[in-house]
Amino acid sequence: MGTKRHFRVWRGDEAGGEIQDYDVEVNEGEVVLDIIHRLQATQTPDLACRWNCKAGKCGSCSVEINGKPRLGCMTRMSTFDEDETVTITPLRTFPVIRDLVTDVSFNYEKARETPAFAPPPGVAPGEYRMQQIDVERSQEFRKCIECFLCQNTCHVVRDHDDNKAAFSGPRYFIRAAELDMHPLDDRTDRKEYAQAHQGMGLCNITKCCTEVCPEHIKITDNAIIPMKERVVDRRYDPLVWLGRKIFRRDQLESGSMGQSISTGVTGAGDATPFSSARHAETPPVREDGKMDVSEVALPIPGGPSPFGDVSFPLPTDRISYYQPESEDGPEDQHQTH
Amino acid sequence: MTTARIERHHYDVVVIGAGGAGLRAAIESRLAGKRTAIISKSLFGKAHTVMAEGGAAAAMGNVNSRDNWMVHYRDTMRGGKFLNNFRMAELHAKEAPERIWELETYGALFDRTKDGKISQRNFGGHEYPRLAHVGDRTGLELIRTLQQKIVSLQQEDFAETGNYESRIRVFSETTITELMLDGGRVAGAFGYYRESGEFLLLEAPAVILATGGVGRSYKVTSNSWEYTGDGHALALRAGATLINMEFLQFHPTGMVWPPSVKGILVTESVRGDGGVLRNSDGKRFMFDYVPDVFRKQYADTEEEADRWYNDPDNNRRPPELLPRDEVARAINSEVKAGRGTKAGGVLLDVSTRMPAETITKRLPSMYHQFKELADVDITKEPMEVGPTCHYVMGGVEVDPDTTAALGVVEGLFAAGEVSGGMHGSNRLGGNSLSDLLVFGKRAGEHAAAYADSLPKRPKVDTSDVESALRTALAPLDRQSGENPYELQQDLQAVMGDLVGIIRRAGELADALKRIQELKLRVDQVGAAGGRRYNPGWHLALDLRNMVIVSECTAKAALEREESRGGHTREDFPQMSPEWRKVNLVCALDGSADVQLERKPLPRMREELFELFDRTELAKYLTEDELAQYATPSTTAAQSKTEAK
Repeated sequence: MGTKRHFRVWRGDEAGGEIQDYDVEVNEGEVVLDIIHRLQATQTPDLACRWNCKAGKCGSCSVEINGKPRLGCMTRMSTFDEDETVTITPLRTFPVIRDLVTDVSFNYEKARETPAFAPPPGVAPGEYRMQQIDVERSQEFRKCIECFLCQNTCHVVRDHDDNKAAFSGPRYFIRAAELDMHPLDDRTDRKEYAQAHQGMGLCNITKCCTEVCPEHIKITDNAIIPMKERVVDRRYDPLVWLGRKIFRRDQLESGSMGQSISTGVTGAGDATPFSSARHAETPPVREDGKMDVSEVALPIPGGPSPFGDVSFPLPTDRISYYQPESEDGPEDQHQTH
Repeated sequence: MTTARIERHHYDVVVIGAGGAGLRAAIESRLAGKRTAIISKSLFGKAHTVMAEGGAAAAMGNVNSRDNWMVHYRDTMRGGKFLNNFRMAELHAKEAPERIWELETYGALFDRTKDGKISQRNFGGHEYPRLAHVGDRTGLELIRTLQQKIVSLQQEDFAETGNYESRIRVFSETTITELMLDGGRVAGAFGYYRESGEFLLLEAPAVILATGGVGRSYKVTSNSWEYTGDGHALALRAGATLINMEFLQFHPTGMVWPPSVKGILVTESVRGDGGVLRNSDGKRFMFDYVPDVFRKQYADTEEEADRWYNDPDNNRRPPELLPRDEVARAINSEVKAGRGTKAGGVLLDVSTRMPAETITKRLPSMYHQFKELADVDITKEPMEVGPTCHYVMGGVEVDPDTTAALGVVEGLFAAGEVSGGMHGSNRLGGNSLSDLLVFGKRAGEHAAAYADSLPKRPKVDTSDVESALRTALAPLDRQSGENPYELQQDLQAVMGDLVGIIRRAGELADALKRIQELKLRVDQVGAAGGRRYNPGWHLALDLRNMVIVSECTAKAALEREESRGGHTREDFPQMSPEWRKVNLVCALDGSADVQLERKPLPRMREELFELFDRTELAKYLTEDELAQYATPSTTAAQSKTEAK
């Protein structure tokens, strides 16, 4: 009942290899992984390929099919033309072990370097309370099946092996975002950490990772951009910068300034310690005390602009801000690649 | 032959298996201060646990406050047809909530109730909504959470020692082929790295088996390639015993068409949320298959069944939510009677019962999976489903409290699917995720304590290592030997056709004969190619395990002359109270053949007995057994659980 179709499969190991040609039977309703299994059973018993669940849930059978990073089990043969040659090659970003199997240990190393969930102190097991709407943002990222297709396709590392040391990749940006948005995570520096230690600055938002994600996680829009924006908010906000210029941090924390004696008209400010540091602003909340999930409804990703309805870049004659030249300027060079 | 180039490692506890049970055990062993190795047959975090969809059963009472461990215990025993090890079922029901709450402290994000607690859903065989879940990807959440907890422990160790792997190390893509013994004590484990084909020896006084099940011996299965019964076979060869091997769970609703998704499960929550089963005549046939023992709890009209989804307190549940074995048998009967689809299944329909948005919201990954894998839109058309080999109830016979393997070996522990007894003759959906947490933790704890209790470490005998090495290399020495893939297909055909969901004495005897022939062929199996990442070689080694475990199943299935849970004999269609008193215990004899022994079940404690209605127990127990228990005082069993 099947028809013979033409396949090209990369065979070899770290010493080198080549694409080899095979004619394999294809039946109705099959996926590329079925074909690899038939190859193993009939022609090439030692063809190396990873797989586990064959249901798009474990993320093991990541390969490149006609040059596109894909899961073998999620690529239906019916998506190709009858006479189309299907070429299967290993993930290019990671070193080849044998045939279609690559050494993905890079990802496990990066996982170890990403700080783990910090449980809220004093909350006993069984006492965790979270609202569904608050966990849903993180849950999107926890759908990740760790197929590493995003890591493979990210051109920060795909074509630049030397970036690997400083760059964790999209998989671990969504991990950072997941923890950042976790309602009970006790760490507050996830964004800054991602910027400073995970190399998030190297990402220039080309959305390739989102495109290949088999779980359709909006990696760029829902994780990377919000993480970047809020880092940028703090880092490049002119007021914050000015505050840092005028009152150096060491002076602020020395406690040399006396307490305010002003009580104001309401008395609410009575004995509030004076501080020139900008107070943390609470985000705008709706009547029910929850934050508006406006991103979902907006035509543009990443939440509404704090500058109102303007489009960027602004015309140069409207900008009244000058990049400081001192040694205290922004430490982070926004590298693009 | 030399053993000089074999990598040697020393650990306190070696955990074989990196699914839920293995990882939970490793966490506990590391928390007990033991140097722990985790052996993962695949990459870290890919284990079969990711496939679990429905949820983890734990009587937290978040959705219905009438739920408690006693109700859960009752449901578990009923589901297992009272063949369960009562103590395991008791520990499981009592400890499951703590194990789930603990996961939240590791970072798990379950779906929530309105008041912010963990949400719980209905599932087949559970009286109240009980399954903690995350959409329909609960297994993924569980394994990722445990994986990330292990990473966080490694980070703590790194902060302290400068080495991530100083106390807990994951050996990914590593397979254990043999356990090393020192007399009757475990001394270590021998295996190979898939990647390089190099061998390694882990010396350790305690080994925990957490290798999962045996499904790859069947033609239609939801199990991945890893499920070759490694732990079952390792235990047998080390002198441990297996129980309940005749009981295999066939998930009633695996996809049967199209082939790209054949065997893949359609989670029970499709039925819990309103999906119904129809035959090719369009009839909702499950109403014809409600067994007498369940009549009280299940609706007998479509109207009442439909009301239940919104008003479960005043209506009886739809028969689609009967325990899995009942549903599987019903589908099988319909198909055999010629009322199935062309591909040999029946239709599972949600599309006409819920708006498309509700379906995609409630069953997102189910929708996604079938859309992408098979181009089937479950919001528009019914699914074609049929029974799929899903879970083995049988496994290593263990001490319920410590999970230590019985038999003639010490230092061997087992948790999760590879252990036997907890689920009796049939497992309830949702009970496996909680099982692996509860007994995974216990295994880690007791393995660590055992390692401490030894006055001196057992020693690995060099000649054992050499012989394990020879066995492992043998298929490569037979480059032109028989093709392992063909052998596997033959074994799958024998098991699927002759030891499948409905069994007969003649076929089982035939199967045993064929398994003996297969055993001889497995001894001659060859593997072309070299040692580096060679799947043919790996399969050749796995076959040895598959064939021995299949022999256990076939032998026990022939011996047990009754039908109960995951074991249905066409020639003995009734459940027999006499057989309920007996476990069939498998052990290996000197010539590596399986020997069966009948062993009485432990007697349920008085206060657990009293949780049940005496008339209900009369359906399962013999009169002699019932007479052994004192007649309860005036309070009925039902009110007893609710009062507490």
